[in-house]
Amino acid sequence: MSALSNSNWSRRSLFRAAAGMAAAGSLAACGGNNGRSGGAGSGVDLTQFFHAYGEAGTEQAIKKYAKAYDKANVTTQWITSADFESKLFATLLTKNAPDLFEFHPQIQMIKSGQVADLTDIIDPVKSDFNPADIKSHTVDGKIYGVRMIDDPQFFFYRKSMLEKAKVEVPTTLDELMEAAAKLTTGKVKGLYMGNDLHNVINPMIWSAGADTLDAKNQIAYHTPGVIEGIKKMRKLFTSGNLLLGAPTESWDPSSLNQGLCAIQFCGMWAMPGIQKALGDDWGVFPFPKTVDSGKQSVYNGGWSMFVNAKGKNVDAAKEYVKWLWIDQKEYQEDWATSYGFHIPPRTSIAQSATKLKSGNAAEGVRLFNEFGHFDNIGWTQAMISSLEDVFANSVRKDMDPEAALDKADTAVNRELKKLFG
Amino acid sequence: MSTTKTRDLARPAPAKASPAKPRRGLRGSPTFNFWLFTGPFLIGLAIFVYAPILWSLWLSFFEARFTVTPDKFVGFENYTYMLTNDDFVGSLVTFTVFAAFIVPTTWALSLGLALLVNRLRFMRAFFRSVFFLPTACSYVAAALIWKMSIFSGVRFGLMNTVIGWFGVENIAWLADPNPPWYWLVIVTARLWLQSGFYMILFLAALQNIPGELYEAAAIDGAKPGWQTFRHITLPQLRATSTAVILLLLIAAYQAFDEFFNLLSKTTWGRPPLVELYYKALGESQDYGSGSAGAVILTVLICAVTLLQGKFMGFGRGDESK
Repeated sequence: MSALSNSNWSRRSLFRAAAGMAAAGSLAACGGNNGRSGGAGSGVDLTQFFHAYGEAGTEQAIKKYAKAYDKANVTTQWITSADFESKLFATLLTKNAPDLFEFHPQIQMIKSGQVADLTDIIDPVKSDFNPADIKSHTVDGKIYGVRMIDDPQFFFYRKSMLEKAKVEVPTTLDELMEAAAKLTTGKVKGLYMGNDLHNVINPMIWSAGADTLDAKNQIAYHTPGVIEGIKKMRKLFTSGNLLLGAPTESWDPSSLNQGLCAIQFCGMWAMPGIQKALGDDWGVFPFPKTVDSGKQSVYNGGWSMFVNAKGKNVDAAKEYVKWLWIDQKEYQEDWATSYGFHIPPRTSIAQSATKLKSGNAAEGVRLFNEFGHFDNIGWTQAMISSLEDVFANSVRKDMDPEAALDKADTAVNRELKKLFG
Repeated sequence: MSTTKTRDLARPAPAKASPAKPRRGLRGSPTFNFWLFTGPFLIGLAIFVYAPILWSLWLSFFEARFTVTPDKFVGFENYTYMLTNDDFVGSLVTFTVFAAFIVPTTWALSLGLALLVNRLRFMRAFFRSVFFLPTACSYVAAALIWKMSIFSGVRFGLMNTVIGWFGVENIAWLADPNPPWYWLVIVTARLWLQSGFYMILFLAALQNIPGELYEAAAIDGAKPGWQTFRHITLPQLRATSTAVILLLLIAAYQAFDEFFNLLSKTTWGRPPLVELYYKALGESQDYGSGSAGAVILTVLICAVTLLQGKFMGFGRGDESK
C-alpha cells in the first residue's frame, strides 16, 4: 500500500491544501520588491525596470526613492546586466511590460510607439539640462526620455606602474600600443579593454575623426582612418600585451584593482571603487588619437528613464518620472555621486556636486566636457551589433577590415532604410 | 395449536448495488478517462507549443519589427533574407562542426561508461550516481564554471595553472578564436553534462541482452572482450545506439545555453539558435526574420531526423534483429 493511500488525504483535503497554497502565493505576490512595508499608495501600481548596477547600495537607493513617492505604489525589478536588454524588449511586447524603464535613446523605440513623449514635463527645465543630452533624446522636436546620469568612459592607469616602466600617458594609439608592450611583465598585462572590445568601438571611430552616422543619418564610420585603426587594434590584439579572458568585463574595475593589468578601459562610475582599492595611485586619460588627423575622444554613455507608451498608467508613470528625475534634485545628486560616480545631466546639480570638484573626478568631468561624444538616437541596437561584428571579425579573427565594413554597411543600410525610408 | 411459519425469513435481503458491478456514467467511461488524463497535457501542448509554432509561421511572412502583431505582409522576403545571410548559413556550418564533434564523442563516452559501470562489482550504485549527477546541473551554471574557473584566461584559471606548471603561457581559451580553443571548452562542458544521461540508456539496453548469447558464443569459441563486444554487444545495442544518436543530433541542433554563455557576442561558434537570437530576435526585435529562420531550422531538423532514421533503421524491429 502506498504511503499516500495510507494517509488521511482525501480529495477534499487536497483541494483545501491547493486553495491554501494559492492563497499563500497571492499573499507572497503582494509583497513584491518595492521596499514598502505594506502601504498601498494611492492604488496605482507602477513597475520600473533597472539593469543591475555593480555599485553597492544602488538597488536600495532606487527602492528608497520609490518608497518616498506617495502617489503610486512603485515596484522595482532589478535585472542582471547581461539579460537586461533582451528581457526588457521581450517584456515590452506583453501585458507585463513595465510602466517605466531605463535605457539609452534609440529611434526605433519611438518609431514603433514604445516610448511616451515627455516633452511637457521636461520643457519647463529644459535649459537646466545638458543640451547634448536633450538633443540625444529629441526626435521631430519631441523629447522622449529623461537622462538620469551621464557616464564618461576612458582609460584608468596605475601611476606607479607607468613611472616604473618610464612610460608617458599615451595620446596616440601607437603610443598606447608601445605603452602596453612596456608595461607587460610576467604577471601583469599592459592593457585591458574588455574581452569583447565592444566598449572601445565608438571611441576608436571618433578618435579616427569619423562618426557612426552623419547629420543626414548616413554611414560615417567607413573611412580610411577607421580602417587604419582597426588594423592597429588587430596588431594590439595579437601582441600578447592585451589582457584576454579576464573574469569580469571592462565595466568592472576588478582587473585593474587586482593587478591583472596596468591600464584598463572603464567608466567614471568605477572611481570610488578604484580609489578604495588603489588609493591615489591612478589616473585617467581619454581614448588616444587613432590616426594623426583624429582627436582624442570620450564616450559619454549613461542611462535615461523612459515611459512605456503602451502601459496602463502612462500619466501616472510620467508623474513619477517628473517627481523623481526632475523635481527631486537631492535624490538625483545622491544617485549620481553617492555610489559610483556619474555626472548629473542637470547643470545646476553638476555644478554643485562637491564630490566631482577635485582629484580624478574633476579630471573626468574635464575630459567629459572637452572630448565627449553623446549617444546618437539614430544609432540603433542592430547597427551597434553590426559594428560589434566588425570588431569580432577583423580585430579578433583577422578578416580584412574593408570587407568587414562592407558587410556592416549592408546591415546598417537595411536598418536605415527601414527607419528613415 | 396452530403454528404459523413466517415466510419473511426466506425473503431475500433488500436490493443492494453489487460491488462487482461496474459504475456507469461519465466516470466509468474510458473516453472520459482518456480526456481527463490527456486533456490538460493537450491543452498545454496546444497553448505552449502548437500555437507559438503557428504564430511563428504567420510572423515569418510579415514585417514584424518591434511587434508580434504585425500588419505588413512581405511574402517570402524574410526567408530570402535569412537564406542569403552569411551569418545564418555560417551558423549551420558551426552546427555541423559541433555535431561532428559532440555526437560521436558523447556516444562513445556514454557507451564506455555504461560498459564500465555494468561490469563493476563494488560500489556500482555510487558510480552510476556520480556519472549521472551532472545531468541535473543547469547548462548555464556549468558554462559559468567552465568559463570563470576552469578555462578562465588569467593566471589563476585552473587549466592555465596546470599548463603553467609545464612552463606554458596563459591561454585565452574563449577570447581569441585563433587557435580555436573554444571548441575544447564547449565540447568538454557538454560531454560532462550529457554523458551520464545516455550512459543510463545504454546501461538499460546492456542489461536487456540475454546472458545465453554470451554463453553460446563462449561455447562456440568466441573470446571475451573485443570479439564478444563487436559481434554480440554492439549489434544488440543497435536500436538504442540509433535512438541515442538521434537524440544527440537534435540536442546539438538545439544547443544554445553553453554557447550563449561561453561565447558572449562573438561571430564564431554561433549555432543556429544563438544566431537567430542575435540577428533576428533579442535586441534587434526583428521577429519576422527570426521566425523565418526558426521555420527553416525546424524543416531542416525534421528532414535530417527522418533521413537519419531511415539510414540507421530506427524503429525497424527489436534490438536483436
